[in-house]
Amino acid sequence: MRYVDEFRDKRLIDTMARKIRRAASGGSRAHTFMEVCGTHTMSICRSGLRALLPDNVRLVSGPGCPVCVTPNSYIDKAIAYSRLNDVIITTFGDMFRVPGSNSSLEKERALGGNIVMVYSTEDALEIAGKNPSKPVIFLGIGFETTAPTVAEAILEAKRKRLKNFFVYSGHKTMPGPLKALASDRSIAVDGFLLPGHVSAVIGSRPYGFLAARFGKRCVVSGFEPLDIMQSILMLLKQRKPQVEIQYTRLVKPGGNPTARKIMREVFEETDSTWRGIGGIKKSGLRIRKKYSAFDAEANFEVKVRESKENALCICGDVLKGIREPEECALFAGSCKPEHPVGACMVSSEGACAAWYKYGTR
Amino acid sequence: MCLGIPMKLVKIDGANGVVDSAGLKKTVNLSLLKNARIGEYILIHAGFAIEKVKDSEARKTLKVLREMEDEIR
Repeated sequence: MRYVDEFRDKRLIDTMARKIRRAASGGSRAHTFMEVCGTHTMSICRSGLRALLPDNVRLVSGPGCPVCVTPNSYIDKAIAYSRLNDVIITTFGDMFRVPGSNSSLEKERALGGNIVMVYSTEDALEIAGKNPSKPVIFLGIGFETTAPTVAEAILEAKRKRLKNFFVYSGHKTMPGPLKALASDRSIAVDGFLLPGHVSAVIGSRPYGFLAARFGKRCVVSGFEPLDIMQSILMLLKQRKPQVEIQYTRLVKPGGNPTARKIMREVFEETDSTWRGIGGIKKSGLRIRKKYSAFDAEANFEVKVRESKENALCICGDVLKGIREPEECALFAGSCKPEHPVGACMVSSEGACAAWYKYGTR
Repeated sequence: MCLGIPMKLVKIDGANGVVDSAGLKKTVNLSLLKNARIGEYILIHAGFAIEKVKDSEARKTLKVLREMEDEIR
């Protein structure tokens, strides 16, 4: 077994669709479930799962795309770092084309900025090793699946005594925004499809408050179509709100303690700004003072003009699941993957990009 | 970002490992995953092994799904 194709079995998907229809029928109750993971957004759109769901079961996309929730101020500062003498910016690919207030990393590279796309922090470390006289700043974007890999890179830089490796942390953590979403009355969700790989690291226990305090049904879901379908069925069948794990082949209630320990060694919780939602307490990660030698913000001073967001862009509402991409005046017109205005269109996992590429049904 | 296909661990070399996916071999960092064993399928994210696939749970999930098919018929 390779753990992929088996979870894409079409006949089983049809069976699940019928089971969901049965579970959701009886009574005029409507069910709204929010997923908070960009990979879930993409998987749902790519496999056209919404078309298999009954009308009274609605899947809404939330702030699950780490690139999409990064505010313009972060991108503006990253651009400012890129303009410093000799600095090499290393970044994951999906940050490359995101527009800031006035420019993007892609545009800066065209203007001569030294900006390199990397697949892993290991690549960034290699670049730092090969260019000892140049500061290499890695843009740390991602949730708890990614943060441990960045933490490990800092530990490796320390072991190798690298003096030119830095991280600009824009990392965010999951439980914080879920609390904000659950307490926001304008967002009427009955439950959450929780992120599979973030949960492989943090486990299912941190989500307990969603059921206990806010009465939300929760299921930690895998990413294949059958995983998502089974998760929806589990959500519908919950009599009492609770947190269940559908993705048991990769997620344990206690998660991955090794990865968490490494993450906590290097990072500490901080308040953070989320595009569209605003400030959320204890929802971000900053580098501990102990590792400030590797913290870009502690070592480089840059002046950034006040950041501004596009007035017509509704990425914020899309990220909260209040409005759908099609409701945006810019969608598929001024804002397309070839020339995006907002982060939700640029990112490979943004709701707008998914809607544009795969359609809504 | 999170779409990691599980890949088979075929070699361990200190803190690194080599995974095989349909014949394509890749070096990955194993520092975040304790006790990874050769032959196991592991989830890779941004060049790091994040977790290993529990075969027994995968089979259990599929069994439940296939039983639903019999119920529906």
